Amino acid sequence: MTLEGILAQLAAMIVALVVAPLLMGWVNAWRAILQNRRPPSLLLPFHMLRKLFIKESVVAHDATALFRIAPYIVFGCMLLAAMIIPTLSTNLPMAPAADAIALVGLFALARLFISLAAMDIGTSFGTLGARREMLFGFLAEPAFLMVLFTVSLIASSTSLATIVSSLAHRELAILPSLAFAGVAFTMVSLAENARVPVDNPATHLELTMIHEALILEYSGRHLALMEWAAALKLFAYSCAGLAIFFPWGVAQANDHVALLWALPVLLVKLAVGGFLLAVIETILAKMRIFRVPEFLATAFMLGVLALLVHLLLGA
Amino acid sequence: MGAMTALGSLDGVVACVVVWLSIGIGGIAALRNFAVVARILFPFSALISVALAAFALAALPSPAQSAILAIGLPGLPFHLRLDALSAFFLVVLGLASAGISIYAGGYFRPAEGTPPGLMCLQYHVFLCGMAMVLLADDAYAFMVNWELMALASFFLVTTNHRIPEIQRAGYLYLLVAHIGAIAILLCFGVLQANTGDYTFANMRDQRLPSFWASCGFLLALVGFGAKAGIVPMHVWLPEAHPAAPSPVSALMSGVMLKTAIYGILRVTFDLLHTPIWWWGMAALVVGLATALFGVVFAAVQVDMKRLLAYSSIENIGIVLMGIGLAIVFAAYRMPSLAALALTALLYHCLNHAVFKSLLFLGTGSVLHATHERSLGKLGGLLRYMPWVAWTTLVGVIASAGLPPSNGFASEWLLLQGFLFTGGLPNPYLKMLVPMFAAGLVLVAALAGYVMVKFFGVIFLGRPREEKLAEAKDAGPLERLGLIWLTAGCILLGLFPAAVVELIDPVAYSLVGRGLAQSGRIGDWLLLAPVSAERASYSALIVFFATVALVVLTVALVHRVYHGRVRRAPPWDCGFPLQTARMQDSAEGFGQPIRQIFEPFYRMQRELPSPFDTAPRYRVVVEDPMWAWIYLRIAAVTDWASRMVSTLQRGRIAIYLLYSFVTLVALLFFTQA
Repeated sequence: MTLEGILAQLAAMIVALVVAPLLMGWVNAWRAILQNRRPPSLLLPFHMLRKLFIKESVVAHDATALFRIAPYIVFGCMLLAAMIIPTLSTNLPMAPAADAIALVGLFALARLFISLAAMDIGTSFGTLGARREMLFGFLAEPAFLMVLFTVSLIASSTSLATIVSSLAHRELAILPSLAFAGVAFTMVSLAENARVPVDNPATHLELTMIHEALILEYSGRHLALMEWAAALKLFAYSCAGLAIFFPWGVAQANDHVALLWALPVLLVKLAVGGFLLAVIETILAKMRIFRVPEFLATAFMLGVLALLVHLLLGA
Repeated sequence: MGAMTALGSLDGVVACVVVWLSIGIGGIAALRNFAVVARILFPFSALISVALAAFALAALPSPAQSAILAIGLPGLPFHLRLDALSAFFLVVLGLASAGISIYAGGYFRPAEGTPPGLMCLQYHVFLCGMAMVLLADDAYAFMVNWELMALASFFLVTTNHRIPEIQRAGYLYLLVAHIGAIAILLCFGVLQANTGDYTFANMRDQRLPSFWASCGFLLALVGFGAKAGIVPMHVWLPEAHPAAPSPVSALMSGVMLKTAIYGILRVTFDLLHTPIWWWGMAALVVGLATALFGVVFAAVQVDMKRLLAYSSIENIGIVLMGIGLAIVFAAYRMPSLAALALTALLYHCLNHAVFKSLLFLGTGSVLHATHERSLGKLGGLLRYMPWVAWTTLVGVIASAGLPPSNGFASEWLLLQGFLFTGGLPNPYLKMLVPMFAAGLVLVAALAGYVMVKFFGVIFLGRPREEKLAEAKDAGPLERLGLIWLTAGCILLGLFPAAVVELIDPVAYSLVGRGLAQSGRIGDWLLLAPVSAERASYSALIVFFATVALVVLTVALVHRVYHGRVRRAPPWDCGFPLQTARMQDSAEGFGQPIRQIFEPFYRMQRELPSPFDTAPRYRVVVEDPMWAWIYLRIAAVTDWASRMVSTLQRGRIAIYLLYSFVTLVALLFFTQA
């Protein structure tokens, strides 16, 4: 573990913490523009977080310690996940500790805690949210793993850093397996980040909410952490997708010049990705809840198909 | 350790078994003296379990030791052998039973069915039976102890033998156990290849033609599968586990199922030693079916112990998939990958023994505190039973297979095994085997759903019944047992490389290659089964990084801002009238799964209409295997016996006529 590695790790963490809310603001701004509304400031999420941190936390009488510790655990998991994904550079000292499968495991751990915390107070919306979150999770998680397995087989490694560097070095050609995997990944990330058509991040309409139902009882700093964690999750998924499907621009180990370029390149890629997300959210309508398992099962099947296509064609 | 090796680990293990037996007999001496049995004998027995685990650990890396015990029929002594495979499963037995026994000391209450002393005897005979099954080196000793184990556990399951349901569960268990035993007996008959010598040493020397070898394998799969709970022979598990007292459920689910896995491994890799590839595919298919079936049914259960029983079926399926993968690799002479799969499945056996025991013991404490097994009548117990709840939470995380717990580490290894199939020479297999990884991740993700339901409905939310507010937390001995197993979950999860090192001699003895021997394991911090570039995982770093980030966040938030908290009624979107009844019931939480997997279930539903004045809602989910297989067998048997019964007329003249006809027929045949 070199000093350079530690610095790269710290840089990755700070970039994740800062860029994640910014990405949220960016997507929200574009969504407003596409829907003919005046866009809010890009910095709105930061103001929001600050406001929530300053406010006191209102906790239900019945809440246990699990309820109060869960936001910190969820936040920690998401931050760790954002740190092991090669966002700027593949030279990350933390990367060997957790590979692609462990990354999915970390997301699942966060999901478990957020669901348990939602059930803790015993309100009907909390349990409803937990049930739906776990329902979508059990389909989205395998679909995500199928995508990761496909690229692992292409790179013959499950280590994210190795996957990214080997994918970056291949010649520019569209692999059919990657095309399937890309579609599956997009569908999974929409579902996992509570986006339209699976969930609506802007809704508080009781019967349709999922993510909002989970964090309904949170306020103050706990809510701030949950919101920040959600932003980090969106950031982590976007970066994972960009690193897998558009790996160019991520600095390789010991490539100092590329490291300078990495941040601007990442920001441009995220800006394009965020815009596309806003477009998807604008042109699609939210699905009925029992359509979502079909949607996610399709994603899973596409992931399996990607794996099969890779094994069949070797590409 | 040195002294132990000098004494001989086998002697040590046998000594432990003898002491267990004496504890059991001591229980008879103190038949109704509850204090002696619970406070002295059971804790002492836990110490013996630890000693057994220590002896077995010492034996793991050393060469096999054998002995002959002159017990039993003249000319048929017990052959014993302690090799790496036996030693590993003895470690599993020792580690799990140590926690369970100490817990049992605090769990059993006076005036429950069987008198405590007799229960103590049955319990220890059960333990001895399992230990001796693992040591047996001939079919005779194996079968005697296998039956001893089955009978002892039958009596333990029927501890509360006055309840008709429990009688029925016990009968079913006994029946399936014996069908399995017949298959195992036949399997040994095939393996000895007409030599008449039933020692395992002889079976090892036989070179069976592939037809007979396959027969032996299939018989072993059926015979041991009945004990392990492989679909469709799993039907006894969801009946017997809720019936048995919780420490017994823990022992059966955590350890006894593993003796069946031991049997499959012993027959396939040791006695038959030339596996054929399609055995592996058969095991993979059956394993995936079992795992999926188990987890899909676990998701809709409303009885907490039944839920755990189905979850055990799921885990046995995962282990069986590991066996299948190992067979496929071994059949194509890829020993290091076979070693990877074997390591993963043995690791999973150990993990399952620890976390499932923990979960069963947790349900035991809940049962004692609330007298409820139905999830729909529990809730909010985290407030009243913090010890049980927090230890169970660790078990839940492990059972859901999440990092950094032990359950994740073994599933991670197994997935790595599935991703290495590129080198298989058969192109179909190369494509088919990774598909099982897809099934495996689906099962693992559903297990998360099941575990959230299990923990959330029991321990979180508001108590669904008023009496729950009086629930008492576990007593000191129970806490000790829970903590032992919790520590097991955590340590086995945080030091996967050490566990893999431990398993290595087993893999080496079965497929001639281990992960460590071939220089293929990372240092103690990093688990890298093939090479660090290929895949690596460090539970310690993940754990400490998460903890550090959490602590740092807590400190920063409190320092930069504040730590003020105001208590208020729950918000719930401003909905004012909230009762505990408005939370999800167990049926409600499982409803989406029921809807998605509807064709799998046999359901009876009564749904109220909006105009009912006395609405009634009822859902009964049945195991379809009953209707598909068992009820049909029952119907055929019934029909056949009715046909036979037409011969019975109840008049002596007719029976005399039968005798006469038989005699004439016999005379005719002997003449001819």
